[in-house]
Amino acid sequence: MNNVSKSKLHGLWALTNRELKKWYKAPVVFALTLIQPIIWLGLLGNALNLGSLVGSSSFTIPADVAAQFTPQQLSVLNSYFSNIGGSILQSTFGTTSYISFMAVGMIAFTALFTTMFSGMSVVWDRRLGFLNKVLSTPVSRAVIIVSKVLSATLRSMFQASIILVIAVPLGFEVGAAFTPLNILGVFAFLFLICMGLSSLFIAINIRSTRIETPMAVMNLLNLPLTFASSAFFPIDRMPGWLQTVANVNPLSYTMNGMRQLLINSSINYSDLALQYAYVGIFAAVLTTIGIVLSWRFLNK
Amino acid sequence: MSEDAIKAKGLTKVFNGSLVAVDHIDFSVKHGEIFGFLGPNGAGKTTTINMLITVLKPTEGKASILGYDLAKQNNEVRYSIGVVPQEYTADEDLTGYENILLCADLYGISRKVSQKRAEDLLKLVELTAFKDKKVQTYSGGMRRRLELACGLINRPKVLFLDEPTLGLDVQTRAATWNYIRMLKKEFGMTLFMTTHYLEEADALCDRVAIIDHGKIIVVGTPDELKDSLGGDIITVAVKKDVDITGLVEKIEHVKGVKKENGSYMIKSENGEVTAPLIIEALRKEGHVVTRLSLTKPTLNEVYLQYTGRSMRDAEESGDALHAKRMLMARRRH
Repeated sequence: MNNVSKSKLHGLWALTNRELKKWYKAPVVFALTLIQPIIWLGLLGNALNLGSLVGSSSFTIPADVAAQFTPQQLSVLNSYFSNIGGSILQSTFGTTSYISFMAVGMIAFTALFTTMFSGMSVVWDRRLGFLNKVLSTPVSRAVIIVSKVLSATLRSMFQASIILVIAVPLGFEVGAAFTPLNILGVFAFLFLICMGLSSLFIAINIRSTRIETPMAVMNLLNLPLTFASSAFFPIDRMPGWLQTVANVNPLSYTMNGMRQLLINSSINYSDLALQYAYVGIFAAVLTTIGIVLSWRFLNK
Repeated sequence: MSEDAIKAKGLTKVFNGSLVAVDHIDFSVKHGEIFGFLGPNGAGKTTTINMLITVLKPTEGKASILGYDLAKQNNEVRYSIGVVPQEYTADEDLTGYENILLCADLYGISRKVSQKRAEDLLKLVELTAFKDKKVQTYSGGMRRRLELACGLINRPKVLFLDEPTLGLDVQTRAATWNYIRMLKKEFGMTLFMTTHYLEEADALCDRVAIIDHGKIIVVGTPDELKDSLGGDIITVAVKKDVDITGLVEKIEHVKGVKKENGSYMIKSENGEVTAPLIIEALRKEGHVVTRLSLTKPTLNEVYLQYTGRSMRDAEESGDALHAKRMLMARRRH
C-alpha cells in the first residue's frame, strides 16, 4: 500500500473530471450545450418580449382626442404616455429591459436543467456496472456523490456564463448598481443553487435502476419549479396561492438575488443577505441529505 | 497471514425480504489458487461476488478476505482486491489509457506511479497500440482486456472475475484463459471466478464449487468431481444377442455393467486401459464387437449427478423464468 494516499478525498477530482470530460471532449455535444441557451434566450426572450407591449409605439393618442389639445400640450402628453411603459416595466421587473429580467431567469433555468440531467447519470452508472466497480474500490461513498454534484455544478456555472455573454448582444442591460465584482456574487448564487439541486436529483435517483422513473419525476418537477418562481414574472404580481409556492422555491431567491446584483438600479443589502442565506441553507441541507442517503443506499 | 485467502461462513443474501439469492454458503479459497463458482444463470454467482467485493451487504453470515473481515474492515478489503466485472464498465468516451488512470485514482495511487503501471498493464494485455483510442472503438475482446488491466491497477492479491469470457469468441476466450493462468503463475495471485461454461471451469480452475439455487452443492477439483462419479463409461455392442454381463464383470478395473437398449454400459476407473481388455476378452469367447465408445465424465455429468438436471436444462428453465418475469413486468404497465 505504498504510493497510496490515505486522504478521504482521493478520487474526487478523478470522478468529477470523468463527467466533465464526457462533456467537453465530445465536440458535438459540447457545441449543442452551448447552442441550447442561445436558443432559449433568442427564441423565448424575443417571443415573450413584454417590453414591446408597453413600448412608446403601442400607445398613440387618437386623432379626435389629439385635436382638443394645443401642439405644446400634445407633446407633453405624448412624452408622458411614452414613459408610462418604461415606468410600468421598472416597477414590475426592476429594469426597463424585459430581456434582461428574463436572461437572469434563464440562467437559473439552465442550472435547473443541467443538474436534472446530471442527476440521471447515477442511473446510467448503475445500469452499466460502473457504479459497482467504483463501489468495490476504496473511494469514500460520499466522494461518489459529491463528484456528481460538483460536475453538475461546474457545468451549470459554465452554461450560465455563456448565457450572460450572449445576452449582451440580444439587449441585456446591466443595472446602475452593477460592478464587475458582482459577477462573483452571481457565481456564488449559482454554486449554491446547483449544489442543492443536483443533490436533490441525485437523491431522487440513487436507488433507481430504470431510466424511466427519474424521467417521470423530472418532468413532474420541472414545470412547477420553473413557473412557480420569478423566472418570467415577478412573484408579487401572481395570485396569492401561487405566491406562497413561489416564495418557498429556492430558484426565486436565486433569481431575485442575481437580479439585484446584475440588473437592478440599487441593491437592498438586507434582502441580498436573506437571499444568500436561504439558498445557502437549501444547498447545505440537500447536500447533507444526499451524502447521508449515499451512505445508506449505495450499498444495498 | 491466515490460512485461506477467502473464507465464507453462512454467507446469505435475501433481496426484498423474500428472494433468497444466496443461501448460507460456506467455502474457503486457498492462497494462489483459481477457484471457480460454476452454475447456471441466476444461481447466485454474481450476488456472491458482489458481497465479497463489498458492493452488497450480506443479509447474514460472515466472510473474510486475506483475514480482513468483510463487514468491519471493508476498506482494507477494497485495497487488496481487484475486480473484473461481467459488464464492460470502461467509459466509452475516454481512451483506454485514461480509463486505467481513472481506476488508479480511485485507489489514490499517485500519478507518477499510475502512469508507469498503466503502461505496463497495457503492454501486458497487448493494448499499447490502442491506448490513445477511445474505448468505443474497441472490440469486445479488447474491452475485456481493458477491464482486466483496470482490475490489476492496484496490484491486488485477490482478483475477482465475474464471467470473464461471457460473450467472447473461441479464440479470445482461449487468450483470456492464458492471461488468467499467467496471473496465477507469475504473480501468485488468488483468483475467484464465476462461470457457467463447464469447459472453462474444467480447463482453468484448481477447485470448483457447483452452485445452484443459491446453495453450494459440491466442492472439489474438477478431477475429484469427475472421479466421484465412479469413472469412465465404455459402451459396447456385440453382434449376437447373448448376455455378456457375466463375462465383462470379471474383467479387471470393471466396476459395473448395465444393459441398455441392446448395448452394455460399462463403468470403469481407467477406460483407456479397460477398453482393449474388454475387446480381447470378448473375442476370446467368440463374440464380435460391433461398436465401442469411451466417454470420459465431464462436469456436465457431475452437474447432472448432483442437481438431477443437465446444465443446459437449468439454463433454459432459468431463461424461461426470466422471459416470464419480463412478460409480467410488461403487463403491469
